[in-house]
Amino acid sequence: MIHSLFLINHSGDIFLEKHWKSVVSHSVCDYFFEAKEKAVDPEDVPPVLQTPHHYLITVHRDQLFFLSVVQTEVPPLFVIEFLHRVADTFQDYFGECSESVIKDNVVTVYELLEEMLDNGFPLATESNILKELIRPPTILRSVVNTLTGSSNVGDTLPTGQLSTVPWRRADVKYTNNEAYFDVIEEIDAILDKSGTTVFAEIQGVIEACVRLTGMPDLTMSFMNPRLLDDVSFHPCVRFKRWESERTLSFIPPDGHFTLMNYHVSSQNPVAIPVYVKQNISFFESGPCGRLDITIGPKQTMGKTVEALMVKIHMPKAVLSANLTATQGNYTYDLPNKLLIWDIGKLNPQKLPNLKGILSLQAGAAKPEDNPSLNIDLRIQQVAISGSPRFVSTYNWATVFSHCSICFSPLCTGLKVSRLEMFGEKYKPFKGVKYVTKAGKFQVRT
Amino acid sequence: MSASSAFNDEKGGSSSVGEPEYGHDPASGGIFSSDYKRHDDLKEMLDSNKDSLKLEAMKRIVAMIARGKNASDLFPAVVKNVACKNIEVKKLVYVYLVRYAEEQQDLALLSISTFQRGLKDPNQLIRASALRVLSSIRVTIIVPIMMLAIKEAASDMSPYVRKTAAHAIPKLYSLDPEQKDQLIEVIEKLLADKTTLVAGSVVMAFEEVCPERIDLIHKNYRKLCNLLIDVEEWGQVVIINMLTRYARTQFLNPNMNESLLEEENDKTFYGSDDDEEEEKEKKAEAPLPRRKPYVMDPDHRLLLRNTKPLLQSRNAAVVMAVAQLYFHLAPKVEVGVIAKGLVRLLRSHSEVQYVVLQNVATMTIKRRGMFEPYLKSFYIRSTDPTQIKVLKLEVLTNLANETNISTILREFQTYIKSMDKDFVAATIQAIGRCATNIGEVRDTCLNGLVQLLSNRDELVVAESVVVIKKLLQMQPEKHSDIIKHMAKLTDNIQVPMARASILWLIGEYCEHVPKIAPDVLRKMAKSFTNEEDIVKLQIINLAAKLYLTNSKQTKLLTQYVLNLAKYDQNYDIRDRARFIRQLIVPTEKSGALSKYAKKLFLALKPAPVLESPFKDRDHFQLGSLSHLLNAKAGGYQELPDWPEAAPDPSVRNVEVKDSVFSLLERVATLTSVPEWTKCSSREKRKEKKVEKPFYSDSEGESGPTESADSESDSASGSEIGSGVVGSGSRTASEESEEGSESEEEEEKDKKMMTAKKELKKPVQESESEQSSEEEEERKRERKKSKPRKSESDDDDDSESESSRSESEDSESEAEVKKKKKAAASRPPAKPLKKESKKEMSLLDFDDFEPAPPPHVTPLNSFLSSSLVTDLEGLSLSDAALSPATLSPSGAMKSYELLHRIRGEGLSVEYCFSRQPFSPDANMVAVQMQFTNSGAADTKSLHMEDVKLQSGMRVKEFPEIELLPAGETATAVMGIDFCDSTQAANFQLCTHTKKFFVSIQPPVGELMRPVFLTENEFKKEQGQLMGMNELSEKLTLDAECRNEHAIVQRVTAAANLSRVPCGSDKECRFAGRTVTSGSLVLATVVTKEAASAQLTVNCEKMVIGTMLVKDVLLALTQ
Repeated sequence: MIHSLFLINHSGDIFLEKHWKSVVSHSVCDYFFEAKEKAVDPEDVPPVLQTPHHYLITVHRDQLFFLSVVQTEVPPLFVIEFLHRVADTFQDYFGECSESVIKDNVVTVYELLEEMLDNGFPLATESNILKELIRPPTILRSVVNTLTGSSNVGDTLPTGQLSTVPWRRADVKYTNNEAYFDVIEEIDAILDKSGTTVFAEIQGVIEACVRLTGMPDLTMSFMNPRLLDDVSFHPCVRFKRWESERTLSFIPPDGHFTLMNYHVSSQNPVAIPVYVKQNISFFESGPCGRLDITIGPKQTMGKTVEALMVKIHMPKAVLSANLTATQGNYTYDLPNKLLIWDIGKLNPQKLPNLKGILSLQAGAAKPEDNPSLNIDLRIQQVAISGSPRFVSTYNWATVFSHCSICFSPLCTGLKVSRLEMFGEKYKPFKGVKYVTKAGKFQVRT
Repeated sequence: MSASSAFNDEKGGSSSVGEPEYGHDPASGGIFSSDYKRHDDLKEMLDSNKDSLKLEAMKRIVAMIARGKNASDLFPAVVKNVACKNIEVKKLVYVYLVRYAEEQQDLALLSISTFQRGLKDPNQLIRASALRVLSSIRVTIIVPIMMLAIKEAASDMSPYVRKTAAHAIPKLYSLDPEQKDQLIEVIEKLLADKTTLVAGSVVMAFEEVCPERIDLIHKNYRKLCNLLIDVEEWGQVVIINMLTRYARTQFLNPNMNESLLEEENDKTFYGSDDDEEEEKEKKAEAPLPRRKPYVMDPDHRLLLRNTKPLLQSRNAAVVMAVAQLYFHLAPKVEVGVIAKGLVRLLRSHSEVQYVVLQNVATMTIKRRGMFEPYLKSFYIRSTDPTQIKVLKLEVLTNLANETNISTILREFQTYIKSMDKDFVAATIQAIGRCATNIGEVRDTCLNGLVQLLSNRDELVVAESVVVIKKLLQMQPEKHSDIIKHMAKLTDNIQVPMARASILWLIGEYCEHVPKIAPDVLRKMAKSFTNEEDIVKLQIINLAAKLYLTNSKQTKLLTQYVLNLAKYDQNYDIRDRARFIRQLIVPTEKSGALSKYAKKLFLALKPAPVLESPFKDRDHFQLGSLSHLLNAKAGGYQELPDWPEAAPDPSVRNVEVKDSVFSLLERVATLTSVPEWTKCSSREKRKEKKVEKPFYSDSEGESGPTESADSESDSASGSEIGSGVVGSGSRTASEESEEGSESEEEEEKDKKMMTAKKELKKPVQESESEQSSEEEEERKRERKKSKPRKSESDDDDDSESESSRSESEDSESEAEVKKKKKAAASRPPAKPLKKESKKEMSLLDFDDFEPAPPPHVTPLNSFLSSSLVTDLEGLSLSDAALSPATLSPSGAMKSYELLHRIRGEGLSVEYCFSRQPFSPDANMVAVQMQFTNSGAADTKSLHMEDVKLQSGMRVKEFPEIELLPAGETATAVMGIDFCDSTQAANFQLCTHTKKFFVSIQPPVGELMRPVFLTENEFKKEQGQLMGMNELSEKLTLDAECRNEHAIVQRVTAAANLSRVPCGSDKECRFAGRTVTSGSLVLATVVTKEAASAQLTVNCEKMVIGTMLVKDVLLALTQ
């Protein structure tokens, strides 16, 4: 399926190549460079390109292009999804996915790629299996390795690959057993000039960080699962249980993973946490424009809005911005024409305001198009943590208490009601955190 | 041969080694010499004794490969390290080998023997990795070795090795397509594999090697459908795509009764909004005029049902695969379910969005209604990349209809203000398309576009002009003012396409603007020489048209333009001018054509149809590369059209008898080996097919009554009866088979007959055995000769019963069981013959005594593969497969404690005998069976170092002094599990070895039956309400809707006894947990149709919860 992989940086250097079948000359990349030349933005390079003998499927991640060469029919999403998985794995192993990191760890990268594909067909993509095969580099280990000459290739062979739960390592041991869940909801919205909602929806994700010994079997149930309209799961979740009981039952992978993604049904009105009053205008006479933005809280359910940030892609003619912010500070990135106003915490008593003059290129016509505002924000709600009353199979004989984790959560009102553990006898710490964020939140002007 | 000489020279001195390098590399001297030196020290490092140096060298070499530098000259030095002990060095050497072996074929051969050795390693992962590398080396000379290795690996007992074998198939195929026939055989065998690990990989191999052999799928179709959800995600994609194609050839079009109507609708697919409603109405009417009612094939339904949950996958490729399957295969009304999943993918990376939107665009043309509710999800954000914006626009345009057009247009208005000019241009085109397709908004759109003509951006204006031109063609009379307006634009607008469009418009409709047209021509004549070619052509056109309609005013102008054109640099323009002059200017020489000049030029031209570029793309399978590129990619398999009439659905039937049959067949092939060729297997298959109806018929008739009989027997407590009935029926069926078998294979030698007798023997044995209830006697008998066989026979009884009552869904499962049985019966047969064995070997080659000559390897592998699957099934599935299908009688499910490989010849199995453990009533009796299949005697078998959860206790089995090679012994131990399903871990010791083992009980074994009367039951149940009661609704499995079946399955899942009950709608069971004696009550109340309710009352809630889970599983599958 996947013939070869080339990693290419922004300036067009091929700094890594890997072939799973016979070697393909890196001159195939020229077709890609040609297309990249044409596109204004790297985002606009078509992900699938056709060349006389090959097809190039490219993914753009973290300023790098992952270019794969394919010779025959293959579902393009298959390759794209896999390439993203490769990038995720690098991220997971090295903390970031950048050219320098990949170059520094080129041997590990190569070993990973070798294990991930066999003859171009994905073999092991679960990070837990890979970590058993090839240990992620740490400073300590690299020191030890150079001293002792031992390797970072696992000498125990991976059992996960053979088990029925390939996502979990065998023999996991922790002294502190803990399970943390972040329920993150993102508001995607488009507001028009007057502040009316053109479109709004909520996408949620449950990120988990589970460090539990042995083979725990967790069950998570919700107070109001009916809110969830569309869901997608990590493969560990038992789908049948969800269908019949609307509870998540799973043997978790070890470490960080995304348990589930969900979409909240559109019947529920979406509470927009902030309102924006804006006025951006450019004048025909005189090379200038005026900008005036105020942000205030709207439906925040009494919680503080944090990490508020406004990003504006200015028209090309805007040369500089001379503004004053009552709160936070602003920067204008000239090459990208990007104005960023970092506000921080929203103070409902004293609304933040950004006002001032935009100067235009001399002689440029008045820009007709109005920039739209992209807003970032975050509403956090830390739930309980470390409650020891975790239900496990071991103490079922004593008291079977309904251990509920309950508090006012997110804009949808989704609540995790219980978290139970079977199969192990210790009492883990657990915690749930709710976060509401702005996703693709855009105000049109 | 410079490389090989280098290899030879190496010991001599490194200086000569460097030489060929100069030849290889044209690099300049300075840089190169340093390169050369470095390579030199790399070689030294590789030759050293220290692993750390070797590792360092290999790391540097791999880094070179990664950067695309040539490191081929190091081949001889590297290949020597292929057998290095250090795993990382070894792996890096493999990386190097795979990269360069193709270039250095001769030297690569040196490494082959290492891999061949690796293929026989007892560790499955080493076997797999050896095969992986061996098959990745693209050296034609080793094709036969690869072929042999693949065949062997395909019958390996480890599913992981079999998976690797499946991966190796396409590698070999690409190396040597001549091997296709043999490879297909291997694929056929692997397709029959029951493990999820193998399924995805083998289907991938199938797709690459023989996608046309759809007939290979028949037998495995249902199994693949059922396994699908547990296959790893990449395999799922491949399987789903393949099954889509399969279904298209095997089933009828679920929309066939609508297809005629659909065609009509298709023609007006943009047409009216009523389509949707009309369709619904038509659907309502449809049943009446239907010629033949359409009934969906249950297998077709099975596919749709089993793929649906995968829409919830986190993997975009899986979601897309399911979506395309539904789009191509599902009845119209059901296709809608995929919309949600696809819309969800729009949140993903932009590349994913790109592909998904392309597919959505195609889908929206055929099934617009599906995405209408999600209209707003396709709204465009200023931060989207342009290519995404354009695709979203496409989708929005496709979704537009009378009801939503106003919202869409309002949305479009905001897009026009965007900074992204390409996107604005696309928006204008989209508006144009909406206007052509939806008559009501045409004027609004046109006015909006005209306003855009005063936009400052030339691109916007130009695009608007082009679109307006197209729109005006529809009703030019009404819009002469717009034409006038556009005429004025010629002064300012410079974009050639737009100027050309305006000129064409004025020329075409010069009658509507009689005064302006000549003036425009005048201006154009002035600037003619400076115009672009397309504009020049249109000026000539305009001149010609004006000459024909208004020659008085424009004659001279036209002459002038034509003269200019005559000397133009572009030959197209010169040609055109010459041609037009001949045509319009009457001269003496001019031919007949000039008479028709007016007709030619001023003919009514049909308005252009603005079509989606995605129209008709759906003849490509959605989600495919070909669809994305709108061109057939290499290796693309055409999605076939639905067949007129469905092919015979019975080809997919997997007969229950089949496995018994194949067992016989196997035994036959095992013992007697005449010319066994590949085709014979196929022939046999065919023969079977012919015979099948006979078997299935007889089964169908006798099955239910039989099982009912035995059921009632067992319910009333007479185990013997059930045993006799069961085994009796089996003997009968077997005999009938034998009859047919012997007919075909009469000439086969006696060995086969003896094999059959062997098979028959256990039946008799089991009868006698069943009648003797005492444990001791049983043991003795087991020891005597082939005890496992008798046990397996018990198994068989229960299976044939249960499988008869099994639904089609679980058919494959039944087969698994069958196989298991087959496996169970095999190992004990060995010790009899194998006395002379010297050592244990993994290669099943030697497992069977009359060692055949090497050329029959496929045969052996065929045999052992099944054996392997079976063993695998045992080890992998003990937790997942609750003993749901076991009969309540003496037949017990046995679990593997120690595999004979791990145990170095000693294998141990255990089962829960459900007998009271006499030394301690609080313990669960675990019956263990030791088989020594090794060559040496095993002495002093005992257990040690018992590790238990607190509270648990173990009564060890008495030490077994001596277990001679080939013998079998049984022992009983007791474990107090303390009413939990925690495993008991201990060491099994022989005089030489220790093995860590663990026993984990299914929850159903933690209880023992108690007898209660109906009143007692009710009373007890009354006390166990509230927290202690667990209730669950369920849908009974199709084959489990009668009382007997329910009782059978519940008692198989849990060691409970039946409580008499007045109502036949209710089944009650009671038991107590073994340790604490807590009461466990279970009730199954059947209701309408297949629905039922299961209630479990137990003071121990966890036991209750787990029991509910197990019983539920038993009843629903």
